[in-house]
Amino acid sequence: MRYLPLTDRDRSEMLAAIGVDSVDALFADVPSAARLEGLVDLPKAKGELEVERAITEMAARNIAAGSVPFFIGGGVYRHHIPATVDHLIQRGEFLTSYTPYQPEISQGTLQYLFEFQTQVAVLTGMEVANASLYDGATACVEAVMMANRLTRRRKAVLSGGTHPHYREVCETYARFVGFELAALDPALGDAEDLTELVGPDISCVVVQNPDFFGEIRDYSDLARACHDVGALLVVVVTEILSLGAIRPPGEMGADIVAAEGQSLGNALNFGGPHLGLFASRDKYVRQMPGRLAGQTIDADGRRGWVLTLSTREQHIRRERATSNICTNSGLCALAFTIHLGLLGETGLTRLARLNHATAVGLAERLERIPDVQLLNRAFFNEIALRLPRPAAAVVDALAEKGVLAGIPVSRLYPNRVELAEVLLVAATEMVTTTDLDRFERELKDVLS
Amino acid sequence: MSDWSRAVGTRPVEDHATTVGTATGNRGLQIEEKLIFEQDSPGRCGVDLVDPLPFRTRLGGLERQGRIGLPGLSEPQIVRHFTRLSQKNYAIDSGLYPLGSCTMKHNPRLNEKLARLPGLADIHPLQPVSTVPGALALIDTLAHWLKTLTGMPAIALSPGAGAHGELCGMMSICAALEARGERRSRVLVPESAHGTNPATAAACGYAVDSVSSNPRGRVDIGALRTKLDTDVAALMLTNPNTCGLFEDEILEIAAAVHAVGAFFYCDGANFNAIVGRVRPADLGIDCMHLNLHKTFSTPHGGGGPGSGPVALAASLAPYAPLPWQARGPDGPGLVEHKEGDAQQSIGRLKGFHGQMGMFVRALAYMMSHGADGLRQVAEDAVLNANYLRVRLESDLSLSFPGPCMHEVLFDDRFLTGTGITTLDFAKALIDEGYHPMTMYFPLVVHGALLIEPTETESKASLDEFVETLKVLAAKARFGETTFFHGAPHYTPRRRLDETAAARKLVLRWCAEPVNQQAEE
Repeated sequence: MRYLPLTDRDRSEMLAAIGVDSVDALFADVPSAARLEGLVDLPKAKGELEVERAITEMAARNIAAGSVPFFIGGGVYRHHIPATVDHLIQRGEFLTSYTPYQPEISQGTLQYLFEFQTQVAVLTGMEVANASLYDGATACVEAVMMANRLTRRRKAVLSGGTHPHYREVCETYARFVGFELAALDPALGDAEDLTELVGPDISCVVVQNPDFFGEIRDYSDLARACHDVGALLVVVVTEILSLGAIRPPGEMGADIVAAEGQSLGNALNFGGPHLGLFASRDKYVRQMPGRLAGQTIDADGRRGWVLTLSTREQHIRRERATSNICTNSGLCALAFTIHLGLLGETGLTRLARLNHATAVGLAERLERIPDVQLLNRAFFNEIALRLPRPAAAVVDALAEKGVLAGIPVSRLYPNRVELAEVLLVAATEMVTTTDLDRFERELKDVLS
Repeated sequence: MSDWSRAVGTRPVEDHATTVGTATGNRGLQIEEKLIFEQDSPGRCGVDLVDPLPFRTRLGGLERQGRIGLPGLSEPQIVRHFTRLSQKNYAIDSGLYPLGSCTMKHNPRLNEKLARLPGLADIHPLQPVSTVPGALALIDTLAHWLKTLTGMPAIALSPGAGAHGELCGMMSICAALEARGERRSRVLVPESAHGTNPATAAACGYAVDSVSSNPRGRVDIGALRTKLDTDVAALMLTNPNTCGLFEDEILEIAAAVHAVGAFFYCDGANFNAIVGRVRPADLGIDCMHLNLHKTFSTPHGGGGPGSGPVALAASLAPYAPLPWQARGPDGPGLVEHKEGDAQQSIGRLKGFHGQMGMFVRALAYMMSHGADGLRQVAEDAVLNANYLRVRLESDLSLSFPGPCMHEVLFDDRFLTGTGITTLDFAKALIDEGYHPMTMYFPLVVHGALLIEPTETESKASLDEFVETLKVLAAKARFGETTFFHGAPHYTPRRRLDETAAARKLVLRWCAEPVNQQAEE
């Protein structure tokens, strides 16, 4: 087996050194009833070529986004990833290192985490960010639980514009962790008045911007309403690139930002691994979940970085930790840092503008199709459309024609008849004018 | 020759370089590197993008105003920056990484290649199910392998890492108890457990009750029995445990747990020791998470991403989180909502369908080894750890006599009276070119040094490691205190002041305060 360096001769010598006859003797503590004598019923070892062949065959049965006109978003966005990103994250020193518990030999990881934290903080307009969480959905529920701890209240209000997966994760945690969740029905346009629900028993209000349906709003008034009663405003961002174009949550008065960072540096990956971003105000940092890289000096007085505030964390605090999280999304955070490092101020702004321009082009084409109604007033790179018939069937018909047209909202809200005809469509810089024309033509054709 | 070198028959390597300063602060390949924020040149950009055709903005007046604060660097600067940073990291690729309970084994590059195939990396979790049959088949195959290896009938694939898997398991247990109309309040956790176990139990609202170890480093079954009653929801046990020992009374433990109607949760962080040789289901375990980034070789990536599938007994399977893998007439499918058989599911724990990128890597790893190779993995991992045990037991202090599993636990008795701590010893190991073992964990022995070599180390590599540790132990015995207290000497940074970092928090870069006089 190519990954196992021990030879049979090594094994014999080592067993002799240990003073046992066979390796079985080393498993003597396993109760005999539980010892497997033979092999489990699975195929035998395969060479690299055979494994590659088998998995490549599975991959070939999927329609890759890059092979068709592609308009799917819904919290996972297809952007161009510069070749540099994937090259650098595969350097073995990044790829095959552990959590930086030994800072003297982990300065590479610690420094990029510090850079990552800074990038996330400036992008969201917040003061401080952590070293990542699993994904946007878990970041969202961690934000709610942090708000509960900070306010010593246990009821959160969740906007109907929050991504349904994020909502469902919050519901799961609410049931088992033990807090109350007032999750509003999915709402389009102005149907929701959150300020009315803010009261002195509320720990936080969670809103998403742009929301699940692509709509952008100003939440400054809501932030003030929250703060008036001692509640916090949590802003979720599922398309982090939007912050290259629109006002960041920090400027609207957000206390905690929970976001999905996949858009920068990370592929679609069928939904994972992705990258949870988490930022807040300085004064709340001691209640933050997850790891934090902090600056310090070494024995020679030189600047360096360590993991800090670990007294919040499970490996020190055990049952009194702020969160049980251990492993996060380190390498995805590195990809994010590199991609955003390459883009910089100019590139991020330009990329965001390009996305918005493409989405505007898409909206203009689709809203002129008879009986197709654009449901957004303001949007970034994703829009919601009401079609004259159930969106799921339309998407399937377009897939048959080789266009991946977007997400029928019914896939996420199967029991809401009022949403059955709503289609979510995203357009990033990856979408060409030819793709837009093709989409318009095929949609017209399917609807006619 | 010094006392210690005579004792071990080794001549110390002369060091001529320690006092040489350089003009730059660089030391050969160790190059000082500023933050990207300190390399900013406004307007510079590492990505060339086309300008869009003129269009009418529809941002509703919410345009971002003013500078974001991101630095501008070109592509060559970024490449150099991150290359230099990478050179400040230790990694499995560079050497032995004997971090106990972390299973730092070789990460095959085939797995990286396959995870990047467009048909697997460039597919969207919400594209029509009919366009991703290969992805679902891959997930189904992975589930089959993991179920076969654990002997469990169901597997929940969505948890994002081990601790998330623990949460999944404990929530499932809670749901199963609720379905029986029971609300229990305590979870038993042995004192040798990973910190995530008590943190998880507490997150689910349980009071954590610690169970002591016996003198043999295993759970004290007598103490366990006195704590077990119908108010206990579960026992969370790591097996093999964090002392590197197999819980030899595990069948009795399982029976005792089940006798009071509680569930037996197993932390599968140490599954590498038994993969292919022991099926957790045969040990009476109801629920166990697997760390794909440990046993199944997906890269740790400097702290993630991981993946923490949870194997479930039939009694817990109905409560598994969404989505479920399903088998329809057209092949594998997905159940994404609480409907049909999935009505009792605890719901969703994470966005989308789990860590697909990790599934691909883990499946490639398992297929490469096969049933025979995986059994060999466990055997070689255990053999390597035991080889270290016998080679080192006269120099370090072995915490528990007799065979260990895939990791071996020493404590700091061999340092008694030297003025040298476990931390000092570990830092000296860094100078010798090794990543330290896990230090001060588990908490059941004093100054723990937990060594897990994994099966991907050669005998020659282990022999060199042994010789190094013998020399360090001799140095400690002969009172080379200053050497240890100053270690490490040859790293990009020497010991870092963690207290100062926590006292005066600097968690992000900020521009230097503007010099007002210069401005005017």
